[in-house]
Amino acid sequence: MELVNNVVCPFCGTLCDDIICKVENDEIVGTYNACIIGHSKFVHTEGAMRYKKPLLRKNGEFVEISYEEAIDKAAQILVDAKRPLMYGWSCTECSAQEVGMELAEEVRAVVDNTASVCHGPSLLAVHDTGYPVCTLGEVKNRADVVVYWGCNPFHAHPRHLSRHSYARGFFRERGRADRTIIVVDPRKSDTSKLADIHLQLDYNNDYELVDAMRAALKGHEILYEEVAGIPRDDIVGAVEALKKAQFGILFFGMGITHSLGKHRNIDTAIMMVQELNQFAKWTLIPMRGHYNVNGFNQVCTWESGYPFCVDFATGTPRYNPGETGSNDLLQNKEADAMMVIASDPGAHFPQNALHTMAEIPVIAIEPHRTPTTEMANLIIPPAIVGMEAEGTAYRMDGVPLRMKKVVESDLLSDKEILEKILEKAQELKASK
Amino acid sequence: MERIIKNGVVYCPLNGINGEKMDISIKDGKIVESVSDDAEVFDASGQIVMPGAVEVHAHIAGAKVNVGRMMRPEDSKKDAEGTVEATHRRAGSGFSVPSTHMTGYRYAQMGYTTAMEAAMPPLLARHTHEELQAIPILDHAAFPLFGNNWFVMDYLGEGDIDSCAAYISWLLRATKGYAIKIVNPCGTEAWGWGGNVHGIHDTAPHFKVTPAEMIKGMAEVNEKLRLPHSIHLHCNDLGHPGNYETTIESFEVPKGIKVNPATGSRDTVVHGTHVQYHSYAGTSWRDFESAADIVADYVNKNDHITIDIGQVTLDETTTMTADGPMEYDLHSLNGLKWANCDVEMETGSGVVPFIYSAKAPVPAVQWAIGMELSLLVKDPAKICLTTDSPNAGPFTRYPRIFAWLMSNQYREDMLENKLHKWAQKRSSIATIDREFSFYEIAQATRGTPAKVLGLSDFKGHLGAGADADVAVYNMNPDTIDPSSDYMAIEQGFQKASMVFKDGELTVKDGEVVNAGLKGKTFWADTQVEQNSYNAVLKEVERQFVKYYSIGFKNYPVEDEYIAKSAPIKGVML
Amino acid sequence: MSEIILTPKEQPQVPLEAPNIKPDVFAGKTIDEIKEVEINYGNDTVKLSDFFDVEGTPGETAGEIKIIIDGDVSNTKRIGQQMTAGEILVKGNVSMYVGLEMEGGKITVQGDATVWAGQNMRGGELEIMGDAGDYVGSSYRGDWRGMNGGLITIHGDVGYEIAEYMGGGKIVVKGNADHMPGVHMSNGVLIIEGNVTSRTGGEMSGGTIVVKGVIGQFLAGFKYWGVEKNIQVDGEDIPGVFYKFTGDNAIKGANGTVYVAVAGNKHVAPE
Repeated sequence: MELVNNVVCPFCGTLCDDIICKVENDEIVGTYNACIIGHSKFVHTEGAMRYKKPLLRKNGEFVEISYEEAIDKAAQILVDAKRPLMYGWSCTECSAQEVGMELAEEVRAVVDNTASVCHGPSLLAVHDTGYPVCTLGEVKNRADVVVYWGCNPFHAHPRHLSRHSYARGFFRERGRADRTIIVVDPRKSDTSKLADIHLQLDYNNDYELVDAMRAALKGHEILYEEVAGIPRDDIVGAVEALKKAQFGILFFGMGITHSLGKHRNIDTAIMMVQELNQFAKWTLIPMRGHYNVNGFNQVCTWESGYPFCVDFATGTPRYNPGETGSNDLLQNKEADAMMVIASDPGAHFPQNALHTMAEIPVIAIEPHRTPTTEMANLIIPPAIVGMEAEGTAYRMDGVPLRMKKVVESDLLSDKEILEKILEKAQELKASK
Repeated sequence: MERIIKNGVVYCPLNGINGEKMDISIKDGKIVESVSDDAEVFDASGQIVMPGAVEVHAHIAGAKVNVGRMMRPEDSKKDAEGTVEATHRRAGSGFSVPSTHMTGYRYAQMGYTTAMEAAMPPLLARHTHEELQAIPILDHAAFPLFGNNWFVMDYLGEGDIDSCAAYISWLLRATKGYAIKIVNPCGTEAWGWGGNVHGIHDTAPHFKVTPAEMIKGMAEVNEKLRLPHSIHLHCNDLGHPGNYETTIESFEVPKGIKVNPATGSRDTVVHGTHVQYHSYAGTSWRDFESAADIVADYVNKNDHITIDIGQVTLDETTTMTADGPMEYDLHSLNGLKWANCDVEMETGSGVVPFIYSAKAPVPAVQWAIGMELSLLVKDPAKICLTTDSPNAGPFTRYPRIFAWLMSNQYREDMLENKLHKWAQKRSSIATIDREFSFYEIAQATRGTPAKVLGLSDFKGHLGAGADADVAVYNMNPDTIDPSSDYMAIEQGFQKASMVFKDGELTVKDGEVVNAGLKGKTFWADTQVEQNSYNAVLKEVERQFVKYYSIGFKNYPVEDEYIAKSAPIKGVML
Repeated sequence: MSEIILTPKEQPQVPLEAPNIKPDVFAGKTIDEIKEVEINYGNDTVKLSDFFDVEGTPGETAGEIKIIIDGDVSNTKRIGQQMTAGEILVKGNVSMYVGLEMEGGKITVQGDATVWAGQNMRGGELEIMGDAGDYVGSSYRGDWRGMNGGLITIHGDVGYEIAEYMGGGKIVVKGNADHMPGVHMSNGVLIIEGNVTSRTGGEMSGGTIVVKGVIGQFLAGFKYWGVEKNIQVDGEDIPGVFYKFTGDNAIKGANGTVYVAVAGNKHVAPE
């Protein structure tokens, strides 16, 4: 058995980079340091069903085809479409995403990633208010007040607490004991059980609560005796606790990005964090889900100027989530072909969107059998990044790490598949 | 492959060529003395020929640059370009912070062939390099930030130059960095707690080292490592009325340290960057006025320093810097959106949109201060023209700055018709009638930056052996009068008629024709004595695993991130 | 006066984008030339006549041209984008961005509009006889400078975040508004004759909002001033009895005003 050290985990946005993989006969048989979810990902590369050959649906049945045929077919679908959508990207590495951007430009597609259905609202809020963040080591070294708003890292980002909020840091030698942890969540969760303060607000009232907190922060009286189910005095007390921090950090998740008002909740939360800097040092970090969802937003931004939902229909990048998001295109029945890569919209998109997916050609670049591949016309299986292929991923706080190739694979990488489709698409367009 | 650019009027300050009609010969990507009759001929009759320009200080790649793009779709929307299929030119967008492809094209269109990313957080170095690789055409390098690095602060607090040199040598190699960048030394660390430092004798909480000690120590390390570039200094107190005293005190600190580069011909020990922002007199924005004359006088009288300007272009732009507390102050002042990123153990940054309105008093004076600095420093061998892009304005405005500097009439028009009256009342700009020549423009955009960066063996000139980076502008110095034809100057520099990069025709008639070219990455590959190096690294690793959030082995940037590696070797004495 | 009539042919599933359907583009063109005007069909560029019959009398200047779209164009975006003069009448529904960045003239839509009607409007008049979607009279993503002139009237209901970052001009909604009308508004007037779901004037820093119907939950960041009768807004007398609030004090130095009809709204007054 061989041990491979310093492996970066291809599961969540915490991007733990201290994983040790146990390798036997070019297979990962075990791990050290990984959480239960990361461990499962490493040791179950085969999943329920791993595709080893490209598949094309003919008369309702999948038939095996060669990579070359699959790539020709994929390029043809994309070149023929008038409003192709290229979605996913969050479970692959950045150089594949870069090729994907070039392909989207070539076939004048709309390109979008899973942020569309997770932290997309945060990005919209960033456009309006900004993005006062820090890297996770700052939390470990300095933070004395940690707020988790609408997230449950205990289950969704299992090592987040131990690596950052409980960890001993330079100015926080006692770790957890040196910190106040505040959870804002309508639910009782395993994270809220660990909190010093749990603000259990009413569902869908995040905006109301922050609005009141911000008014209180400026010395105004809160208009009502109770906001979001929380008494006025408790709100004022919470604001005082935030003001008294030396270094505060707000971690936020789907519970606030997708409750009523979506990006406006984040907008007002970001502005509150900004305003708290008059009293104490305050920053925030979004709890990103897929391990490289942030990476796509970075790549898409440096390539096009916009983080996701980019529309190349006219050749010039345009951007307006609400029009150019994948769900907008699908639910408005604009898209006439779709390529899915490194994600599973079949499992996560609303019914209305899936109806359109069922009606248009769908290409899935995907290693495993998923609800998406069930709807696909063409499946192209790649090597899995972080285990069988390498490349960059961006942690939730923007720290880029290199995903490792731990074992060999006969399959093409996402990047290689996309490069070949791009080459073919260029050829098809030139001959048009 | 041989090429010859015939009959152009050549300006090449590093070789003392001032408007001579001559041919430039190119072979295998280099300038040569002569070529055979088989060489491909490019006619430059009646046109200006200069070396490819060298950007000494801009923000073009990396975390905060991308946040600048990400948080401003309204900026991207107002300046977007489509794919050009015939030349494989990629699409992009962004007025103040163009996307990567557009950045490469737009620099190249103006005749720039080399550009420095002036601030790279070491922990985020991969990001900077990924973007640099996505910028076509330009040779490039990135300056890692050291001014608030905990290891450096500890070493220099104890006066341990040798350990500091070993650490910096390692970090430059680990991040594929090029030079020692110092931004608001100690101030950004203080911002870790929401504070700042003031002047050069203050200290950050916990650390027992002053900005003055940081500047001096790193200047000593710089020469000990024999780095190509000098220390690159963004002084404390940026943007504060009355800060010129801090600026001059800071410049004075490294004076007397012996210049010692292993390569190139640098003869200075400190480069003061975007000095416009550091040349303010007064005590508040109400009595704010220019101190450019005092700072220029200092530069004129001292030979250990070069500066770049940070000229305000009077646009709506996006400010971004590792000076975290400064950006927070700016956000508090203008109320616009604010991004920040504190980077553990190392540095921080901030991003805020800013509107430099010509009709507003303060921006008008800032414009005047930049102009004064350029015009009052007598020797263009001491200055580099910059906008600290995109801080004082986007780099795409360089041609306009050249035109302002070459035409007193243009400046008078600005003062009389465009700018708030404070520009005249709070500065001496209205009394200066000096006009830059083409030769001086070439100095401040080619010769000087190449020399101070330590790249002048092969950049910034057209002598034999230089990289064949050549810009040709369709302006005839015999017939054009820059003083009155200033709009033609601006247009002429905006779109070069031909640009050669490594001998390849890359821009023709102002348009990019070779969009896929990849630039080289320069980085500093220094040597230090092995035993002490190993001892230092061992201790660094011990601290690293305790206080960083990533593994020590996962820190160094892998070779995969550098497509065309160009290490500049240094040797420790 | 010139009338140019566009009759939709069979409309495609993939949307059309037609910023060129506006008097400014048709001015000085013959009917045959207007047929050749470019519109976008997905990632293709096609001619106007591919999807519309074009007839009528051409005009020399935008101001004298009235464009009549004689039918439903609910899959055509950007009609009247940046128009400066003249008139457009749509005898049916339109898609996104009708009157986007409009500077002058008048657009009337007899049916419904969808999202971003009158985004970043600068002047002129936009009237929707039916419903409109989210973001009526809003700003572009990231821009703190939204609609700053002109008049938008919606006879039906509207969606979320209308008048977002509004900095001037006037919006009148005869029907109901969903969440967050006037979010981040800094100036101008927003009158909602129907009901509002919640968060009226969230993070507004200036301007005036009048709600004549019933509002759901109100924000605790506002200050309550009591009851006012027969208010005057932007020179217009509005009869009735209103609760007056100022804020949103979540924003530093905010001085926006929200009037809420007393009838049916007792729950928003703090006492």
